[in-house]
Amino acid sequence: MQVFIEKTGERKRIKFEGTVSRLLSLLKLNPESVIVVKDDVVVTEDIVLSDKDSVKVLSVVSGG
Amino acid sequence: MKCKKCKENAVISSPHLCRKHFIEYFEKKVHDCINKYGLIGRFDSICVASSGGKDSTAALYLMKKFFPESKVTALVIDEGIKGYRDKTLIDLKRFCAKNKINLNIISFKKEFGKTLDEIIKSKKLKIKPCNICGTMRRYLLNKYSRGYGCIVTGHNLDDEAQAIIMNLFRNQIDVLARLGPKTGISAQKNFTQRVKPLYFCSEKESAIYALLMGFDVSFNECPYVVESYRADLRDLLNDYESRHKGTKLNIVSSFLKMLPKLKARYANSSPITCKVCGEPSSKDVCNACTLVEKIR
Repeated sequence: MQVFIEKTGERKRIKFEGTVSRLLSLLKLNPESVIVVKDDVVVTEDIVLSDKDSVKVLSVVSGG
Repeated sequence: MKCKKCKENAVISSPHLCRKHFIEYFEKKVHDCINKYGLIGRFDSICVASSGGKDSTAALYLMKKFFPESKVTALVIDEGIKGYRDKTLIDLKRFCAKNKINLNIISFKKEFGKTLDEIIKSKKLKIKPCNICGTMRRYLLNKYSRGYGCIVTGHNLDDEAQAIIMNLFRNQIDVLARLGPKTGISAQKNFTQRVKPLYFCSEKESAIYALLMGFDVSFNECPYVVESYRADLRDLLNDYESRHKGTKLNIVSSFLKMLPKLKARYANSSPITCKVCGEPSSKDVCNACTLVEKIR
């Protein structure tokens, strides 16, 4: 799976199949502070992702 | 997860709502807050404290939508933070041009002779960057919003919950009494009432709204925020919220129940004006003038 973490500009290729919630836990990201986007659509934490998916993780924390 | 109102896929899990119903829910929440707390009069001229970020851009868009007969102006303070404010200013200029909103840009450099970056670099002030910036920004926002019915800020539920806990942890109950959806004393000379229509919208909801509405905003953080006490509390509250849903709303709701008593106890019955600049102040010389004197 391709993962792009916008805040750090990091692009990762990881072997993963499972829910968005599990992915965030694997990436050590708090679901309260990020939004996950798959194919330009915002997805909820219960959505199951496959290894072929490409997702973008946006930080909701902005400003000062 | 499906939307609780239709069969479309949800874009948010708490509450379960699809794109269309989430946008309706978010806008209704902002509208209800304005009505419940009497934040904005129908014919007020509205000044929106803007930054080009998601919260103030959402506030700006919704003020224009909810009050089509009012004059809406975006007021932005350019602190001079390289690599941050210059980028958000580009987004804001584009948004205002597209939505035909008047934009007023006020800079630290022009007002105080130095950018925030230069002030920090000079090391003349032994205060954290956020405290310097906050004091000077508030001063300029009030000064340049004079004549407007109110100044709208993009403060959200997360901001307010953090501010409440921060003031409790620091035993600053008098400062706590100044929070709430409508702050300051409207009758005070030269003071523009500050209002927070996004008061009950979480930071995540605000980000999803900006994304779904296609607002061209960056989700970047100010580089100085890592040095702030608020950033520590934000992470703590997010961690707690993920394990105990509703924590932030409960903090703010409890605070609102206490607020009338806090205001009665700590209200400044005789507000004064700064003898240097004439702006509203709680002391003879306001904090902004004290800082400006030190950086010269």
